[in-house]
Amino acid sequence: MRKLALDDTILLEVEKPARYLGNEINAVYKDKSRIDVRFCMCFPDVYEIGMSHLGIQILYDMFNRREDVWCERVYSPWVDLDRILRERQIPLFALESQDPVSDFDFLGITLQYEMCYTNVLQILDLSGIPLMADKRGEEDPFVIGGGPCACNPEPLADFFDLFYIGEGETSYDALMDAYKEHKRAGGRRQDFLLKAAQIPGIYVPSLYEVAYEADGTIASMKPCVSGVPKKVERQVVTDLTGAVYPQKPLVPFIKVTQDRVVLEIQRGCIRGCRFCQAGMLYRPTRERELEMLKSSAREMLRATGHEEISLSSLSSSDYSRLPELVTFLLDTFGEQGVNISLPSLRIDAFSLEVMSKVQDIRKSSLTFAPEAGSQRLRDVINKGLTEEIILKGAGDAFDSGWSKVKLYFMLGLPTEQEEDQKSIAWLAEKIARRYYEIPKEQRKGKCQITVSTSFFVPKPFTPFQWAGMCTREEFLERAHTVNQEIKDQLNRKSMKYNWHEADVTVLEGVFARGDRRLSGLLLKAYEKGCLFDSWTECFHNEKWMEAFEETGTDLLFYTTRERKKEECFPWDFIDSGVTKSFLYREWERAMAGTVSPNCRLKCQGCGAGRYESGVCLRRSDDSEETEREEA
Amino acid sequence: MKIRIKFCKYGEMKFIGHLDMMRYFQKAIRRADIAICYSEGYSPHMIMSFASPLGVGLTSDGEYLDIEVKEAPSSREAIERLNQVMAEGVEVTSFRKSPEGKAFNAMALTAAADYEVRFRQGCDWEGWQEDFDAFCKRTSISVVKKSKKGERELDLRPLIYRMERQGDRILLTVAAGSARNVKPELVMEAFASFVGKELPKFALLVHRKEVYADMGTEEARKLVSLEALGEELS
Repeated sequence: MRKLALDDTILLEVEKPARYLGNEINAVYKDKSRIDVRFCMCFPDVYEIGMSHLGIQILYDMFNRREDVWCERVYSPWVDLDRILRERQIPLFALESQDPVSDFDFLGITLQYEMCYTNVLQILDLSGIPLMADKRGEEDPFVIGGGPCACNPEPLADFFDLFYIGEGETSYDALMDAYKEHKRAGGRRQDFLLKAAQIPGIYVPSLYEVAYEADGTIASMKPCVSGVPKKVERQVVTDLTGAVYPQKPLVPFIKVTQDRVVLEIQRGCIRGCRFCQAGMLYRPTRERELEMLKSSAREMLRATGHEEISLSSLSSSDYSRLPELVTFLLDTFGEQGVNISLPSLRIDAFSLEVMSKVQDIRKSSLTFAPEAGSQRLRDVINKGLTEEIILKGAGDAFDSGWSKVKLYFMLGLPTEQEEDQKSIAWLAEKIARRYYEIPKEQRKGKCQITVSTSFFVPKPFTPFQWAGMCTREEFLERAHTVNQEIKDQLNRKSMKYNWHEADVTVLEGVFARGDRRLSGLLLKAYEKGCLFDSWTECFHNEKWMEAFEETGTDLLFYTTRERKKEECFPWDFIDSGVTKSFLYREWERAMAGTVSPNCRLKCQGCGAGRYESGVCLRRSDDSEETEREEA
Repeated sequence: MKIRIKFCKYGEMKFIGHLDMMRYFQKAIRRADIAICYSEGYSPHMIMSFASPLGVGLTSDGEYLDIEVKEAPSSREAIERLNQVMAEGVEVTSFRKSPEGKAFNAMALTAAADYEVRFRQGCDWEGWQEDFDAFCKRTSISVVKKSKKGERELDLRPLIYRMERQGDRILLTVAAGSARNVKPELVMEAFASFVGKELPKFALLVHRKEVYADMGTEEARKLVSLEALGEELS
């Protein structure tokens, strides 16, 4: 049996010791003397969040399929263990071998949201790895970042040796091979970085230099050595069905956020909502073949013993074989007490029928994400959902026995006016009225409409990357407007309104579109004790504001400023597949309030066509599709 | 058909709490493809119940759970199938058909348990062995038991069915179950305070060895292991 890195008394002292044990079902153990590359994969948040992430499960499986690589895991130690590790100077360790992270060849950190950036520094710090990449020596692991936030890695540029830009399934093999070769040849750290920078999708920030204009914007970003590409190509899997997919996912002992089998049915989204980074980045929309999904579902349920399976995608209703897949899952696993969960479904006759089979109507709620209250603003953001569709869907659901509705909106969208904000309350009111049209004796008490708003953050590689963002005060004022208007509605007693924290959103905005000059700010905030910023109980805005002050960082430069057409963005060195000219065209159409049809209806020439994959290939059967959509 | 499963829990699995062990077995039973029965309704759950929760930090050779199955393979095959899907630190040692009826479920039957207790290194004191032998001779052991309703005084002695020392190991048989339950830690705290000491945090290594039903009477107990009440499936 392994020797644990923490002794019994520490494990009995901390909350949920299972976070630090490993030993989960389907965890991979290898003989480290027969391994060439040791890779430690990190999700910089607490175990229960990190273990719920599909991407890590895919990469863990992919790396461990190689006999010469052993991939292990590490998550952020919660604040109780963080304190103990610092006090007793115990180095952070990987779960499987319980060996110090600093012993590894690579430390891979997935960047899923901006508010985990201080946790990245915690991981490095507790591992005893120098925080700044240029201070690392030959013995230190290579620190590589990936995940959605790596599409603008610049705020973290000083802390990482490398970034992997794009989908992990394509280039890691080449990177591992290059590293083995490097190790065999006994090369120096710098040699490997140079070699790695030539692998498609690998970005080595230290090999690029950035020059700035007098106004603080970027003048240029260029490689500072030869042989390094000027543009880094974001990696895209062209054959999703053939790509690796874990058949034996890890099964944690403690309850985690996503405690179920996750079946990724497709990647990308045809809808083209202009605020949505995932919808722009994961192009083209690619479906997995039905047969592959069926056999994966069977195998994963068998290997995990999970009692629930969830379909994962940005918009499940757009998966062309959804009815067959759902019918298969219900018929095959329903008898065995397996629950089927279908997030991101459009509410229509099909989904209502399916939902009535898989959940308790009285308890479950319907979810709509109109994102904006008025049709005008929905046209600006290119959200195809209309009021008629929402009222029809809610009405049908109410007639079938549902009484709970959740509505999701964003506040602070480009061009948003008071009227748009108030429309949120009006839409909720219309839905409530539709409910009370049902005769009293046929309905079951009151309906419950939960309205939630988040604040809009413009993200890189979206048509809104040029947009200005609201200040904290503007955000809160808008939430106040919605709150007041809801209170003025006839059916206010059937409504509940929640809004998001504005402070965190503002910081998210800073890092989302930030540049490499932000490393000082991040470091300062971390030194002041900022950690687990996405956890309300741990978030300290005043420390962040001090860090801005002390580092002389201009918050508004990164947030409220509307960018000019020709501005060079910190992330422009990445070739994301989607062209900047397409994004700008969409920005102009947004300002004109013009909607763009989805990828299946009409190609918008975004640039992803060059991958010759997924929806971009569907030319011949387009006509049939078009008819269905229009009907 | 009602089945009683016995398992041991050791090593790092001792940090996995009772509720998580229940979830663990629900998944393990699916992985082993045991034809378990489900309750009716929208969210059907497995028909499964544990004899007696084991605290975090304790190891055991005698953990029990009962399940209801539609059909069952032989005991040997079932044990093999279950052990193929276990995590390191859990091992199934018995899978037997058990008597039907609510009164015969493991939880209701639980009346006593065997424990082996040791001091964690550095947590004992010079001469504790003699102190303990003296403690064993006491005819009453008064403790204050804290519960949700408040504190009350209780004589532990009648609930300790056996208490002896073998070298550095302390062997206890104590009352267990929903009606009267004695934690070995409580006995050891009483022992420490008997000699005017207080146990440091996490001072004890506690290992449960067996859980019993009482097939006798209040006057003449007849402790039978929960496993012995079932029959082997061939």
